[in-house]
Amino acid sequence: MAKDGLTEFRLIGTRPDRPDGLDKVTGRARYGADFALPGMLFGAVVRSPHAHARIVRIDTSRALALEGVKAVVTRADLPDGLEGEDWDLQENTLAGDRALYDGHAVAAVAATSRLLAEEAARLIEVDYEVLPHVIDVDDAIRPDAPVIRQGAADASVPEGMPPNVVRYMEFGHGDIEAGFAEADIVRERSYRTEAAHQGYIEPHACVGQLGADGAGEMWVCTQGQWYIRRMCAAVLGLETAQLRVTPSEIGGGFGGKTTIFMEPLSLALSRKAGGRPVKIVMSRAEVLRATGPTASASMDVRIGMKKDGTITAARAEFRMQGGAFPGAPVDMALYCAFAPYKLPAVQHIGYDVLANRPKCAAYRAPGSPMGAFAVESLLDEMCRELGIDPVEMRLTNAVREGDRASYGPTFGSIGLVEVLEAAKGHPNMAAPLGPNQGRGIASGYWFNHSGETSVSMAISEDGTAQVSVGTPDIGGSRASIALMVAERLGIPYEDVRVNVVETGALGVNEPTHGSRATFASGKAAVVAAEQAIAEMCRRAAAEWGIDAEAVEWVDGAAQPAGPNAGRFPPMTIAEIAGKMGQTGGPISGHHEGLPEGVGASFGAHVVDVEVDPETGRVTILRYVVVQDAGRAIHPAYVEGQYQGGAVQGIGWALNEEYVYDDRGRLANPAFLDYRVPVASDLPMIDTVIVEVPNPGHPYGVRGVGETGITPPLPAIANAIEDAVGVRLTHLPMSPSKVLAALKGRG
Amino acid sequence: MSKVHVTTTVNGDAVEFLADPRETLLDCLRDHVGLTGTKEGCGTGDCGACSVEMEGVLVCSCLVLGVEANGKRVDTIEGMSDGHDLHPLQRKFIEHAALQCGFCTPGFLVAAKALLARSPDPTEEEVRYWLAGNLCRCTGYDKIVRAVMDAAAEMRQEAA
Ligand code: FES
Ligand code: FES
Repeated sequence: MAKDGLTEFRLIGTRPDRPDGLDKVTGRARYGADFALPGMLFGAVVRSPHAHARIVRIDTSRALALEGVKAVVTRADLPDGLEGEDWDLQENTLAGDRALYDGHAVAAVAATSRLLAEEAARLIEVDYEVLPHVIDVDDAIRPDAPVIRQGAADASVPEGMPPNVVRYMEFGHGDIEAGFAEADIVRERSYRTEAAHQGYIEPHACVGQLGADGAGEMWVCTQGQWYIRRMCAAVLGLETAQLRVTPSEIGGGFGGKTTIFMEPLSLALSRKAGGRPVKIVMSRAEVLRATGPTASASMDVRIGMKKDGTITAARAEFRMQGGAFPGAPVDMALYCAFAPYKLPAVQHIGYDVLANRPKCAAYRAPGSPMGAFAVESLLDEMCRELGIDPVEMRLTNAVREGDRASYGPTFGSIGLVEVLEAAKGHPNMAAPLGPNQGRGIASGYWFNHSGETSVSMAISEDGTAQVSVGTPDIGGSRASIALMVAERLGIPYEDVRVNVVETGALGVNEPTHGSRATFASGKAAVVAAEQAIAEMCRRAAAEWGIDAEAVEWVDGAAQPAGPNAGRFPPMTIAEIAGKMGQTGGPISGHHEGLPEGVGASFGAHVVDVEVDPETGRVTILRYVVVQDAGRAIHPAYVEGQYQGGAVQGIGWALNEEYVYDDRGRLANPAFLDYRVPVASDLPMIDTVIVEVPNPGHPYGVRGVGETGITPPLPAIANAIEDAVGVRLTHLPMSPSKVLAALKGRG
Repeated sequence: MSKVHVTTTVNGDAVEFLADPRETLLDCLRDHVGLTGTKEGCGTGDCGACSVEMEGVLVCSCLVLGVEANGKRVDTIEGMSDGHDLHPLQRKFIEHAALQCGFCTPGFLVAAKALLARSPDPTEEEVRYWLAGNLCRCTGYDKIVRAVMDAAAEMRQEAA
């Protein structure tokens, strides 16, 4: 499906076995909790049982008296004087004078066994004075709400706003009132989405070691070892370069493992325990109570449309709480909400609001699914009212290359039209629907991201290549990077080994986030390979006694570029590598920077559902994901991203939510009650990989990880209306909510 | 708490360890036997990452006490491949890209093996319901189900 006709690659687009597959099917792969060191202690964390409480007293004496207990830390052990995000991270690591949410850490203990550490944690006595709390975003934004933190608002918040508003934004373009006046219909609705957790199956785990000299090491499951290093150093007041962080294999992250939670505690405990390493592994309840879920949102959307489906104006006001700290992704939600549409006039307003909940973390396309739920739902409703086909409406208003995006910039090469055309032609669109069955479609958007990237590669003595990248492999990125490097070097895929390395081995790398690993590490690895190729051409030229410019690299060998350059047989990479010790030493390549040319990715999902009118249960009958990959380096793992994203979106749409009791305690901190989709909930998830190559990447990669979680929320709501004629505007669309809506219909 | 001497067979090897009576079989396999291929995703029987077989019965090792393994035979992911050759399920998981992060994979493989032992020709629905106790957050299950069905087909052919 490539637009440029450049489909004739040797390796790009093939589906070889992933290099880490064998370790992962045999149980050999080492994840966060699998590390152990000599003399290792085990840590446990004491957490607040209250949503909001003053910490009156912490008595650690009974815990410390227990034989085998080696250290206890409280906030008093951490340095003072931090500011901004560093202060937020420290406050979230260990509460200061107040616990700000159920599950907030207040102390930690290290002992010679896990059971002993847990027992010691129970012996730490904390006296609390319970304070009024607030959980819901619309309650938290009221002027009389309990104040989470005085003075947390940044300069964007105008005078006189309610105390829990910490960030405010307003942006857009065009004459919004004129746009609404021009419309044939103007509709406005309110929507709500609940907090969902990333739900990675591997709980957070680390082993930290820190000596009295301030030098330390950590082994940790993370999406970003340099982020862990910088954040731990900031929270503990260490020199960053003194900390060496090695990432383990990672059992899922989805954005939730791009920050710190208990990691600094293992280091603080280690330092107090004379430098003995300390292992901390979270329980599932700790993961749900105290690591970042996504924000919850309350949203108002107003759209004007002409009878032919042309959108004349749009306005969105989003309010989000991201826990007790600033950082709800309301900005991203607004940027993405109208991104698929070319709008003459648009206005966005956003509030970032504090509440007594855990500090939110990134979750796959942060913010985008909420905004899409609101906008794509309202558009569908308007299409129904006007009797317009929802795909045609999306094509009528679709952004194309050169159009101004709803959030400001001008789009480069994008593939939204190609995606919508592919969705339109998919056989699922023609599948017959029975009673109580319906079809829904929705679009989704993610920018994709580049970020700080540093990659090295080196040619080995036998002509094989090793690549060192700083982006942990969560879903097959070793395979895709190996494919690109092997393609460029002209050697077999199996001859390239991609290693995910520790912080001491490369310059700063951002995490595997923003769908960037295959784009940014991949692009840097190709540049590094090109440097090595240039050096190998120089070595061949020197041996042949010709100009290096007269040598070209073809199929894994140096050869004279044309008959004028001289007549020499090709010199293979193995020959050049075999004698590199005599011809000038090691041959390697290295590239670092902020790779430019990120390509945005649009997707559209089509879902068929059946609604059980007796129970309100929604069953997914058919599902197809259509998304622009730019180019699929390893199509199986691109499909995997599409399928996994869609199913996380299905869970968010139908089941998943944080439920709080009236005292502000999380009522469902277990997989039994925080129910993620299981195999028997789902059909096969069909995929269509559209390839509109990104001109900013040597092989056209856009990044595919995130867009896919966005369309399911509205697509399912749209399908439910199609099936049974009721419109759900509050997630999750659980059986009870669907049933209530059916009853309300009468 | 005083420890209990446990004698058991893990993947065919005789194994002995001292268990705190509060420790689960999962803890004992990981911390005392040194087999960390079996994973903990929840500790409450809800995710299946800790799946092993005890006396040929599929169990969540986080719900079994270590001392209960005394005198029993336990089979884990580490015993699944027969020396050099991968079990067909292991091969098909790699071939079908049925793993992304791979954390759920050992549990799925152990559970799927137990399914195919009792039902060599399962329908897609049977596979989905049998594996409903194993959570995977990465794949959406599509490729896992395909890998299991394909492995079953290959094993039937080999048996024929
Ligand atoms: S760890 Fe045993 S079922 Fe989740
Ligand atoms: S592959 Fe990551 S949880 Fe299944």
